[in-house]
Amino acid sequence: MVPTDYYVMLSAILFTIGVIGVLTRRNALVVFMSVELMLNSANLALVAFSRQWGHVDGQILTFFVITVAAAEVAVGLALLVGIFRTRRTTNVDEVNTMRG
Amino acid sequence: MEFVLFLITAFITIGAAAAMVLSHNAVHSALWLVLNFFGVAVLYLLLNAPFLAMVQITVYAGAIMVLFLFVIMLLGSEKGEEVNGLPWQTPVALVLGLVLVSIAGYAILGADSPAIAAAPATDTQIGAAEAVANSLFSTYLLPFEITSVLLLVALIGAVVLTIKSREREGART
Repeated sequence: MVPTDYYVMLSAILFTIGVIGVLTRRNALVVFMSVELMLNSANLALVAFSRQWGHVDGQILTFFVITVAAAEVAVGLALLVGIFRTRRTTNVDEVNTMRG
Repeated sequence: MEFVLFLITAFITIGAAAAMVLSHNAVHSALWLVLNFFGVAVLYLLLNAPFLAMVQITVYAGAIMVLFLFVIMLLGSEKGEEVNGLPWQTPVALVLGLVLVSIAGYAILGADSPAIAAAPATDTQIGAAEAVANSLFSTYLLPFEITSVLLLVALIGAVVLTIKSREREGART
C-alpha cells in the first residue's frame, strides 16, 4: 500500500505547478486552468487523508469542491466572454482597468 | 504492483501538469489538463474512491474541460499572449515555486507527523457509492441542499453576465 505522505507530496507538487502557471502565464484561460489544477491537487490530498483515516468525510468534501469548481468555471468563463466582447483580448496584462 | 502503478500515474500526472503550463497553445493546455484529470482519477481508484474517480472523469474531464475548450475556440484566443508586460515575473515565480515545494516537502516528508506517517486504514469500502451516498444524504444533507442553491446562483450569474454585455453593445451602436 502506498503511504499517504507520497500522495500528499504529489498533491503539493501539482499545486506548485498550478501556482507557477497562475504567476507566469498571460492567457486568462490558461490562468483559469491552472486554478483548476490547484483545486484538483487539493482534492487529491483530501482523498488521501480520507483513506488514511478510513473515513468518507474527505471524499464528501471533495464532492463539494468539485461542485464549487463547476460553478466557478461557469461564472468565470461568462466573465471572460464579457471581457473579450469589450476589449478583444484575454491577455491579463491588457485587462488592467475596471471600466468596460 | 500498486506502487509501480502509483509511480507511473504520478509521473504522467506531473508531466501533463507541467506540459499544460508550458505549452503555448491554449487548446493544447486544455488537452494536457484532461490527461492530468484522468491521471488523478486513476489515483482516486488507487485510494479506494471508485465513485469519486467516475465523478472526476464525468464532471472535470467531461463537463468542465468541454466548457473550457468551447470558450477557447469561441474566442479564438488559443494564442493570446504575445505580450508579456512583466518579464521579470517568470524567474521570480519559478524561485518562489521551488521554495513552496521544498517547504511543503519538508513539512510532509521531513517531519515525522503522526497524522500521515502511520499506516493507512485498510477499509476498502469507504469510497463505494453506497457509503458515499449514506454520508451525503444524512450527515451532509444541509450542505448538499445549499450546493444546489449555489449552482442555481452560478447559472443565473452566467446568464445575467452575458445578457448585460449584449445590452450594452446594443446601446453603443
